[in-house]
Amino acid sequence: MNLDFTPEENAFREEVRAFIRDNYPAELRKAQDEGRQLTKEEYLLWHKVLAKKGWVAPGWPKELGGTGWTPTQKYIWSEETAKADCLPILPFGMSMLAPVIYTFGTDEQKKKFLPDIYNGDIWWCQGYSEPGAGSDLASLKTKAERITADDGKEYYIVNGQKTWTTLGQYADWGFFLVRTDPDAKPQSGISFLLIDMKTPGIEVRRITTLEGGHEVNDVFLDNVKVPVENRIFHENQGWTCAKALLAHERTGIAGVARSKRNLEKLRKIASTERSDAGGSLIGDAFFRRKVAELEIDLTALEFTELRTLAGESSGKGPGPESSILKIKGTEIQQRLQELALEAVGHYGAPFLRDLRGSNLGVGPEYADGLAGEYFNGRKTSIYGGSNEIQRNIIAKMVLGL
Amino acid sequence: MDFSFTEEQSMLRDTVASYLADNYDFDKRRAALAKAPNWRPDVWKAFAEELGILGAPFSEELGGLGGGPIENMVVMEELGKALVVEPYLPTVVIGGGFLKHSGYAGAADLIGGIIGGQNIFAFAYAEPQGRYNLADLTTTAKKDGAGYVLNGHKAVVIGAPYATHFIVTARTAGGQRDAQGVSVFLVERGAAGVSTRDYPTVDGFLASEVYFENVSLGADALIGPADNGLPLVEKVVDEAIAATCAEACGVLRRLQEGTVEYTKQRKQFGVPISSFQVLQHRMVDMFINLEQSISMTYMATIKLSDDAERSKAASAAKVQIGKACKFVGEQAIQLHGGMGMTDEMAIGHYFKRATMIASAFGSVDHHLSRYEFLSLGQAA
Repeated sequence: MNLDFTPEENAFREEVRAFIRDNYPAELRKAQDEGRQLTKEEYLLWHKVLAKKGWVAPGWPKELGGTGWTPTQKYIWSEETAKADCLPILPFGMSMLAPVIYTFGTDEQKKKFLPDIYNGDIWWCQGYSEPGAGSDLASLKTKAERITADDGKEYYIVNGQKTWTTLGQYADWGFFLVRTDPDAKPQSGISFLLIDMKTPGIEVRRITTLEGGHEVNDVFLDNVKVPVENRIFHENQGWTCAKALLAHERTGIAGVARSKRNLEKLRKIASTERSDAGGSLIGDAFFRRKVAELEIDLTALEFTELRTLAGESSGKGPGPESSILKIKGTEIQQRLQELALEAVGHYGAPFLRDLRGSNLGVGPEYADGLAGEYFNGRKTSIYGGSNEIQRNIIAKMVLGL
Repeated sequence: MDFSFTEEQSMLRDTVASYLADNYDFDKRRAALAKAPNWRPDVWKAFAEELGILGAPFSEELGGLGGGPIENMVVMEELGKALVVEPYLPTVVIGGGFLKHSGYAGAADLIGGIIGGQNIFAFAYAEPQGRYNLADLTTTAKKDGAGYVLNGHKAVVIGAPYATHFIVTARTAGGQRDAQGVSVFLVERGAAGVSTRDYPTVDGFLASEVYFENVSLGADALIGPADNGLPLVEKVVDEAIAATCAEACGVLRRLQEGTVEYTKQRKQFGVPISSFQVLQHRMVDMFINLEQSISMTYMATIKLSDDAERSKAASAAKVQIGKACKFVGEQAIQLHGGMGMTDEMAIGHYFKRATMIASAFGSVDHHLSRYEFLSLGQAA
């Protein structure tokens, strides 16, 4: 057991740092600093730089464009990109859909979809949750009926409603879970379909979240015609794909590197803010105790994640233990948001815009939007399987209860 | 011992509740906040003229209903249930409090204007550097003949965009954080040298940064004693804390009841999610938090008239309410799942208000420290 990095690993870290320094898109940096909603093109700028370099898909198998990095290199990569505040690569195509395609798809499907995902040429969105199917995803009702059309080809006719579709307003394509056998048990009658979002009958409707943002959407499907060859894996066995995808969703969710960076931000804010006594807030006995506790929590999470990574490199896939990462990771993210809001005192209250709609904040610049981030951050213990569901998974799968 | 309300107090509650039920539902509130003037002068007018509640804590000689802190509590709890943004707290509780307790010469007229709905107050006390320390003041009022010249910047002054009067704390002597040397002034909105930068807050209120640049004040602008105004400020802020705790009780009740209601209707795995024990216990803890908050609000409100116990009681209540706002607010969202994250459901708006109340007039840490000092003395 040891924690040292090898000289090769240290050299790799330097290489990553230099690459980010020299290649991170300046216009994207500016947009991030201004804290405004990014355009579709801006979201993909960094992705495209990395695709060109060959570094966009560290999680993929090497033969499909993966980097072939060791777990330690992947860890260094996520740490350095977070430290440099690089925009996270959108997960929908890259880390949610692609593993399903390269695990369960046909060669034709791999050829057709993986290159566009890799290059960031197609924006994917997820059609899983429904108004009546959240934690109980298998109860989903969106229906797909198989027909033979006048052109002699087979299609699914899809009807239903999906919800919480993140950034669906930009999506070119979506991956959907649909019910193809209404008479089977809930988990056995589901299929996994890829749907072109420009198909007639699809309507994407904005959901405004409580902090005022537009991140998620409802997706309505009204007699949407989908070629049968857009189904991944066997009919009625889409749940197998969905389960695999959810495990992938859980491992990335710990967000250790990003929380470390946000912890640094919090420390900076608390060094600038004054306590009631007039000293720096970080010198305040109550506040520093909370920051220290959070740092310790984060260290525990980091080493739990490292142990999981080490397990993966010795051939174990992400097991049900990854639910620990989701629970603790999101709790820590939320705590960071809460303490940042607490740190700025009165200046947590102003809303981003003034009454004339200008974007200039009041109070210190770092206070802008902190309340919104705290409000919005409540989603993390709800999405990707709520933290209650994650505890059920551990109880059942790990403790055998 | 008696925790029951008088017939008049119950009537006051019913009056406010039924008016708000008819005129201040969630959709009406949301529509009004979204367009200029971003608050509802018509509601304020109705509070004054139809309901007569703006006189609740004032004596009958002044034209009020003859009540006091209990009446403020009753009104504020109902305002909390409907997420009312109109300025009862800054005007009636705080403006009225300063006028009542200071022996201010012009108090009767100004209170008459509060009761009638014409005078709207905003409390300009916080400063960008001062956090929750009421004595940390860089705003100065320098003696100028019989009067004063006021200079300074006040932060996040709630209700300032439409206030007719500001109550301003300023330093007339001593160093930046000295308890001595604090004075309180009444500044009319139209006074030369007063400017504001207006904005909405995350919970739907309006607020301003308020700037005073060489504002000339007459001797009659001073409220309370010169240089020794801090005890008056603390008294009124303790009253404001008790009133805010009462508002929080209304907000918490809606969060708690709304969550129970939702989980009974929301079905997953073929059953209402309220049948899961882990959620039942969570909701029980929300309920306990609410009940403890109500108890502490009563306690703090009753002790407002006891100068020896008042501050300790207010801080204790604010600690309880601050913790409850966080726990109940966050769990209400969690148990609503994705629906709790949407702007269209009321629950998120109650959560946002609860979050802001948690730090209003001082965070949990601030009031724990204050309580520690008042109860246990200086730390070793």
